[in-house]
Parts: sequence; C-alpha cells; structure tokens
Amino acid sequence: MRYLPLTPSDRQAMLAVIGAKSIDDLFCDVPAEARLDGPILGLPNHASEMAVERHFSELARQNMTSSHHPFFLGAGAYKHHVPASVDHIIQRGEFLTAYTPYQPEIAQGTLQMLFEFQTQVARLFGCDVANASMYDGSTACWEAIGMAGRITKRTKALLSSGLHPHYVSVAKTMAQYTGDTLHTALPELSAQTDSARLLAAIDGETSCVVVQYPDILGRIEDLSAIAAKAHAHGALLIAVVTEPVALGAIKAPGEMGADIVVGEGQSLGVGLQFGGPYVGLFACKEKFVRQMPGRLCGETVDAEGKRGFVLTLSTREQHIRREKAMSNICTNSGLCALAFSVHLTLLGEKGLRGLAQLNHALAVQAADRLSKIPGVALVNDSFFNEFTLKLPKEARPVVRALADRKILGGVSLGRLYPNADALSNGLLVAVTETATSADVETFAAALQQILA
Amino acid sequence: MNSIKQSGWKPEMGGVGESVPATYTGNKALMLEEALIFEIGTTETTGVDLADAPQVATRLGNLERHSDIGLPGLSEPETVRHYTRLSRQNYAIDLGFFPLGSCTMKHNPRLNEKVARMAGFADVHPLQPVETVQGALAVINELAVWLIQLTGMYGVAMTPKAGAHGELCGILCIKAALEARGDPRSVILVPESAHGTNPATAAFAGFLVENIPATSEGRVDLAVLKARLGPDVAGVMITNPNTCGLFERDMRAISDAVHAAGGYVYCDGANFNAIVGRVRPGDLGIDAMHINLHKTFSTPHGGGGPGSGPVVLSQALSPYGPLPFTERHADGNYTLVEEETAGERHPRSFGRMTAFHGQMGMFTRALAYIMSHGANGLRQVAEDAVLNANYILRSLEDVLEAPFAHSGPCMHEALFNDNGLAEGFSTLDIAKGLIDEGYHPMTVYFPLVVHGAMLIEPTETESKATLDQFIGALGRVAERAKAGDPSLKSAPHHAPRRRLDETQAARKPVLVWREPEQAVAAE
Amino acid sequence: MTRYFTEDHEWIDVDGDSATVGITQYAQGQLGDIVFAEVPAAGATLKKGGDAAVVESVKAASDVYAPVSGTVIDSNAALEGDPALVNSDPEGEGWFFKLTLSDISELNSLMDAAAYKAFVDGL
Repeated sequence: MRYLPLTPSDRQAMLAVIGAKSIDDLFCDVPAEARLDGPILGLPNHASEMAVERHFSELARQNMTSSHHPFFLGAGAYKHHVPASVDHIIQRGEFLTAYTPYQPEIAQGTLQMLFEFQTQVARLFGCDVANASMYDGSTACWEAIGMAGRITKRTKALLSSGLHPHYVSVAKTMAQYTGDTLHTALPELSAQTDSARLLAAIDGETSCVVVQYPDILGRIEDLSAIAAKAHAHGALLIAVVTEPVALGAIKAPGEMGADIVVGEGQSLGVGLQFGGPYVGLFACKEKFVRQMPGRLCGETVDAEGKRGFVLTLSTREQHIRREKAMSNICTNSGLCALAFSVHLTLLGEKGLRGLAQLNHALAVQAADRLSKIPGVALVNDSFFNEFTLKLPKEARPVVRALADRKILGGVSLGRLYPNADALSNGLLVAVTETATSADVETFAAALQQILA
Repeated sequence: MNSIKQSGWKPEMGGVGESVPATYTGNKALMLEEALIFEIGTTETTGVDLADAPQVATRLGNLERHSDIGLPGLSEPETVRHYTRLSRQNYAIDLGFFPLGSCTMKHNPRLNEKVARMAGFADVHPLQPVETVQGALAVINELAVWLIQLTGMYGVAMTPKAGAHGELCGILCIKAALEARGDPRSVILVPESAHGTNPATAAFAGFLVENIPATSEGRVDLAVLKARLGPDVAGVMITNPNTCGLFERDMRAISDAVHAAGGYVYCDGANFNAIVGRVRPGDLGIDAMHINLHKTFSTPHGGGGPGSGPVVLSQALSPYGPLPFTERHADGNYTLVEEETAGERHPRSFGRMTAFHGQMGMFTRALAYIMSHGANGLRQVAEDAVLNANYILRSLEDVLEAPFAHSGPCMHEALFNDNGLAEGFSTLDIAKGLIDEGYHPMTVYFPLVVHGAMLIEPTETESKATLDQFIGALGRVAERAKAGDPSLKSAPHHAPRRRLDETQAARKPVLVWREPEQAVAAE
Repeated sequence: MTRYFTEDHEWIDVDGDSATVGITQYAQGQLGDIVFAEVPAAGATLKKGGDAAVVESVKAASDVYAPVSGTVIDSNAALEGDPALVNSDPEGEGWFFKLTLSDISELNSLMDAAAYKAFVDGL
C-alpha cells in the first residue's frame, strides 16, 4: 500500500521492542465484542492510483461544468478566472501540508500571509481590522449576529429581505439555541429594497441590522441612513458582501458606517467547487476586536528584535475559554485565505478596479440584451455583475430547459425561495469576465426560444 | 541512538568555529527574509492582464468608489517569489516529521489534489440544476456510504465544515431529539481531558457543562459518571480513543448507562485514525460522532483549514440531521433534499448549518484516499498508527515520564509529562529544542489533565527510520533539559525566528499593516 | 481602612461602606504577564462570589470574583491602556474596581493579611 512505509520486518522488529506478540495485543483495551476480526465485509479493498483516477474521471464527466458551457450562475458563488500562479502557490507543500501556526518560529510563512490577508480584507471592506477567516460567508454572517448580541447585550436582529436566503436559514438554525430573535421578510421583485421596513423597525432593543450589499437580487443601496439610525439607537450595522469583486467598483460598507462587515471570499482565488470549501471574511471596527470570533494574527518581535507574527488574543477562543469562548470555532479556512490573498495581490488596486469595471460593463450589456426578449423585464435599477430578470412564466423549468440545451442560465428564485409564488418568475443572472459575448448571445437566443 | 546521519554529519563535529559577520540583506543563504506586500507592492502594479471594459453607462446606484482602497499589487514573477519565499519559512509534513498529538498529521497524497481539481468537481456551481451535477452528488453519496460502513452507524450529515462545526451538528441533533420528546434536559457531561471545543460547543447550544474526572489510569471514571446521570443529563461528549491516547475500555458500559438514563452519547471522532477498520463506533453505542476528514482521511491541513467534519448518526438521531443532503434513488439518480422537500422527506431536521453542500473539495480528496486504501488498507492504517505510537512510547518511557504507560498499550498517540527536568525547565523548552533538531514539536500542555503534557502522534505514514531518528533527537533534547542546559532555554536558535514576544502582541494588538507615518500617528 | 483577602486571591480595602478590589501579588505571579483586564462598569451590581472581572495572560483567561456583594462605583480605566499595571503594582495602581458594600457582614468570611499569608504559604 503506497502510503504505508513500514515493512513486515519493521513491524516485527517494532513489536519486539514494545514487547507485544502481535498487533492484536495493542488493541487489548477494545472490548472483545467490538473488535473486528478482519476488513469490513462488503467494502472494496485497496485500489491503484490509476483505478481511483479512472473512477473519478467517470463521475466528473457526469457534471456539466462552468468551464465548458455558457455559465451565468451567482447567488453567493461566482465564476471568475483564477490565475495559474494562485493554484501553483497553494499547492506548495509548505503551505498545503502545514498545520495551524501555533509554533510561530517555524510558521512565519503562514502567519505573514495571514497578516497580509487581514490587512487586505480590512481595506477592501473599509474596516479597521479583520480576522484570519471563517468557514464561509453564511457562518461568518451568523457569527457577526452573535457578536453584535455580545456587544449590545440585546437579542433583536433585523435581517434585510435582501440577505441570501441560505444565510438567513443558517442564522435561524443558530438563533434557536441562543435566544436571538430574527426579524426577516421575503424580498419583492422590485427595484426597491426593504430599507424602509428596516428603518422603521430599528428601536432601543435592536442589536443589529443585517444588510447584504449588493443584495440577493443584485441591488445596490447606500447603507448610510441605516447606519445612522442604528447607531442612534445603540444598534450595530452588519453588512454582508457575497461578491467582494464588487468592492472594486462601489463604496466599501465600512465607509458608509457598517460596524461589522462579513462576506464570502470565494470569488477571489477559490473557485466554485460545488459549494465548498470557501472562505468567510470578517472585519470590524477596532473597538470591537475583543468580541470578535475566530483566529487573529498579530505583529510582534522575536528575541533578537526581528519583526515576526503570532496568533494572538487567543484567550477569546475555545481552547482556552472552553465553555466561555466567543465561539466554538477551532479553525479558519487557511488555504482558501491564501488563495484569496494571492489572487488579490496579483490583481492589486489597479487589477481589482479593472476587473470590477469589466464585470459591470459586461453585466450591463447582458442585462440590456436579455431584457429585450419579449416578456422579459429587468427588475434592477442598480446592480454590479448580477441582476434579476422577471420572466413571463415560472423560472425553474426554464433553467432546466436551458440546461437541456447545455446552457447554465442563472439561478431561479424558485430554487432559493421554493414556496414563494410571488418570486417564482424571477431569474438571477450573473455575468463575470468569464462570459463571452457569444455566451450571452447563445443564452439570449435559447431563452427567447424557450419563452416563445 | 542513530547518531551517524546519511549526510556524514556526526554530533562531535560541532558547529562552525569562526564568528561570521551579519549579512547585508539579513538573509542566511537559503533562509531568505521577505518584506510585506504593502512594502514591496504598489497600487499601480498588477499581475493580471484584463480585457478593456466596454464603455457603458454605469448602474451602480450612485455608489461608485472614488477613494483608494489601498491594495498593493505585484507582477506575476514578484508574486510567485514573494509567496515561495514565505512558504520556505513554514514547517510542513512534506518537509519532515510532524508528531502533533490529536492532529493526525499524516502524508497528504497528491492523487487527492489531482482528482479534486478535475473540472467536473472544481468548476461546478452549488445551485446548478441537480440533473447537471449527478457526478458531484455521487461523490458525496459514495463517501457517505463509506463513512456509515466504517463507523457502523445509521446516517451521516455531510455539510459541517470542520470538526467543531460537526460537534455542533451532533449536539444540535441531541437537542432536537430531546425537544421532540418534550424532555428539556440541560446538562452535558464532558470528561476533563476533553478538547476545548467540546465544552464550547455544548455551551453554545445552551447546555450547562459539567466535568467528569478521570481515573488514575487516564480514563473516564465510570462510577462517577453513573452517579451523576439523571433526568437532567442530556448526554455525554466523550473522545475515544481519548486525549491521553487510551481506548475507553468502558465505552459500551458508558453508552448503556447514558441510554438507560435517557441521554445520548456524543463521541469526538478526532482520534478515529487509531481504530478505523478495527472498531466501529456504532458497536459501542455511540449516537453521534464527527469525523475530521483532514485527520483520518488525509485531506490537507492547509496551515489551518479548510477542514471538514461530517457527522455519523445513530438511528435515534438521524431524523434531526441538517439540510441539505443527497438521496440516491432506485434508478441510480440522485436528488438533493433541501428546504423545498424537507417537509416531506426530512420533516424533523434542525435546519441548515451552512450555505451550500459542505466541503465538496474535501469530499473528493477523502474519497480518493479511502478508495486507495480500501477496507483492508484502512485497517492497516490503524494498526501501523498504533504500532508507531507504542514504539515511541516504549522507546522513550525511560527518558521521559509516561504517566499512563503502566496501564498498558497506548492507541495512536503517546503521552509524556515534564517531571524530572531541571529546575526552571519545562515542556516548552523541549518543544523549542525539537525545532532546532528539524522537527515540528509534539502537542504541548494538552490534555490539561496532565501537567506539562507532551502528546506525540506519529501516524502510520512515517517509516521506522524516521521514528528512530526522532527518538534519538528527543532523547538528546530531554537529556539537555534534565541537565539544565541554558542554551535550551533560548531555543530555537536555527529557525527563521527566535522565540516571539506573545505578550507584546496581545497587549498592543497590531492586526493590520499601516503606513509607518500612520502607525506613528496612531500611537 | 482594613484590607481583607479571599481564597481566590482577591484583596479588598474597606473604608466605611465602600471598598477597592484587586488581585494579590501572589495571583499576578501565577498568571504571568497580564495582557488584558476587563473591569465591570459603574452601576453593575455584584454578588459575593460571582464573576466581577476577567484578567487575561497570553495563554489563560481567569475570572476575578466579587469578594463581597455590592454596586460598582468606579473602575480602573488605566488598565485598558496599561494592563501591565496588574503585574507591576497589583495591590496599588493595578486595582480593578471600587464598590459600595451591600452587606458589611460578608466581610466576616474573608481573611486578614496574616491569615492570607498562611493560606498562600500552605499552597
């Protein structure tokens, strides 16, 4: 077996040193009735590298990929071109096969990278500080709501109807156990968000207001008024960014007064991967740093005075606080954070702005083209690279019909909001730099045909 | 002791005799210093070429960004060099032995990386119509079947994104099951040797946490546990094999007692590598157990994640598992059970834990690893992991005190303490001394129940020669600590950095880089 | 003014019905370098033996308990910027908070300086 270096004679020599007659002696503490005498029946035995690869190739072929077909899905996960050097760097064994940097003298590579990542995220979000990443955007969003509760000592959270429905679901799951009350609503197929509802609902018992930016339907709205009213009532504004590339084109939530900004970093460097692993981004104002969940990397010096980095403020975490920890989180998404950081370093300010401009321009062109189809209306006044179309009929079968034509034509709102009839004609369409004008034309022609 | 290395170096050769001036660059040949991207990059530089954007009237809601973000860019050659230089300041499994107890730092096969990158898995979107992702759903389902079979359990929740997330999943299943039967139990019992995530998880779910002491043999005290059980106890969270590296002999009796008292048994599966293929937790009465795919099933640790923590569940808890999950039908097709059909297919689910379907990129890697080993190979994995640990335990028990060695063999990790070191010397000094010898230190000061604990988990992917050299090196460092060698107090001497000032880092946290003049102004 | 001590290594200086609380020289030695101290806000009501403050070193977070019940009237703002005061002068400049006692009789269960010294010597 190719991953096991011990030889039969090694094993005999080692058993002799231990003073055991057989391997079974080493399992003597397992009660007899729970010991398996041989390999578990009904499962295959070991397989060659070639055989395993062949099996996966066959399964992979059964999937329709974003790389080989016109592709317009978004809704919290976006297809962007990832430069080849990103994947090369994350496959270096010193990053790939390292552990959490608890021994900083021999982990400066990971630690310096995390310090750079934290700075990039904080700047992108317009915040003072950021952590070393979370599982994904949805869990980061819930952690932010929990953190707002700790800071304000209140339990009423107002969630915008534009927040990703899966993020809402995750928050609802968690709130069952923490006593937080979540005020939610379904979005409407309209250019208007529900900020009026949110503004009216903010009161002295509100812990936080949670607003996605751009929102689930792609709409972009100034958060300043909500921030001002929230702050006037001692509440916090949490902004959620599921498409960080947008921040190359539009104002950062921190600039508009958000206290905590969280997001999904998958767009940069990570790839779609059928939903995971992704990388949760988490940033906030400096005054809240001790209430923050997750790992933090900080700058310090070594015994010779050289600059170095360590994991710090770890007394917030589970391995020290145990039942009093801020969160039970025990990991970050280190390698995905590295991919995010390398991609953002390759882009730089200039590249990110160029990429954002390109995404937006292509999306504007596609929105104009698609909304010319008879019966199709563009819902949004504002958007970045994703917008909502209102179709003359239910969107879910249309998406399936497009897939039959080998076109991955967006996400139907029926998939995201299965029991909301008022939304069932909605189709979310994302257009990134990876969509060619031929792809858009193919999509438009097929959509027109299906709707005819 | 294996003192003559293949390089021809012998300990008596000593170090370099003459004193050498510091270098101009601060570099030491292959040990290269590297500045931050904020110090070497500029906002004008980019390492990507993009098409020009067509001219359009923007529709950004009058929120165009005008101020600078402050993101430095590097060209591609600079980028590759920056991160390559950083990478070389990291220790990693690919470089050497990583005996980190409780973390299972085994070799990460590159086949896993290759299959995870196949376009059919890497380039599919989580919200594509299920008809277009049948192969991806098949991977999730095949891995699920393996995990169920290997653990002898009834069901599995695949979406938890890491071990602690899996713990939460299991505890929420217990909470939901209790609520479903209208039984508001409030206490979770946790052995004092538990991972810190256990009490943190139970507390998050609203349970009160009570500690259960260990016996002098390092195992859960069954009598104390039984005496504490009652109508207020929701369940126990037990790690088996436990964090002292020992199998809980009374596990079946513990499960039976907890069940008889109306509670549930959560098992922390962090140490599953010791028993995979030889023991099925389902045969021990476990109700829920998370499996760290990044430990037992070799998905890379990546410098701290991403992990993956599927949770196997008993028949009693399976109805409460999270959404979404895959279903395989008689015709061989797969569907997803999400909110839409949950009312019919999975009405008692406690809800959704994450946006999508879990760590698909880790599922492909873990399944590739499991298929490579197969049923017989996985059994050999556990045997070699346990053999390697016992070899270390017996080879070093005369050098370092092994508090539980008298009670019999260990499982996959060997536990020592710092008794017998010179005044003022501790576990930390031994750890830092090992760094100079070219090893990642073992887990230190955990489990908390052993003072000055050193927990060594060799895993099955290390050769006897590697273990022999490590045993020699640790023996030598331990002798230095017993003799009070002052140079050990200031170790490491040969790493990219000396000991770092963690007090300064925590007293005045500097968590992001600021321009030097800004940093001064902020003082 | 009288100084009392607890078995959890807090000291309390009592002056009439108000008092100042901190942790002892012995406690700071056990904790090591203090990196952060969280003190209760004025107006908080404390119960004898309940959580009152948190003190953190790099590797540990410890609760500081209320030696007696009462209402917090002041807390040491200097600790926020300079937590090292707890190390350098734990029984002076490194005080944590002041409170108004709600039940003077609770002092009877505390130790005086001699008793505390004997207690620490016995550890």
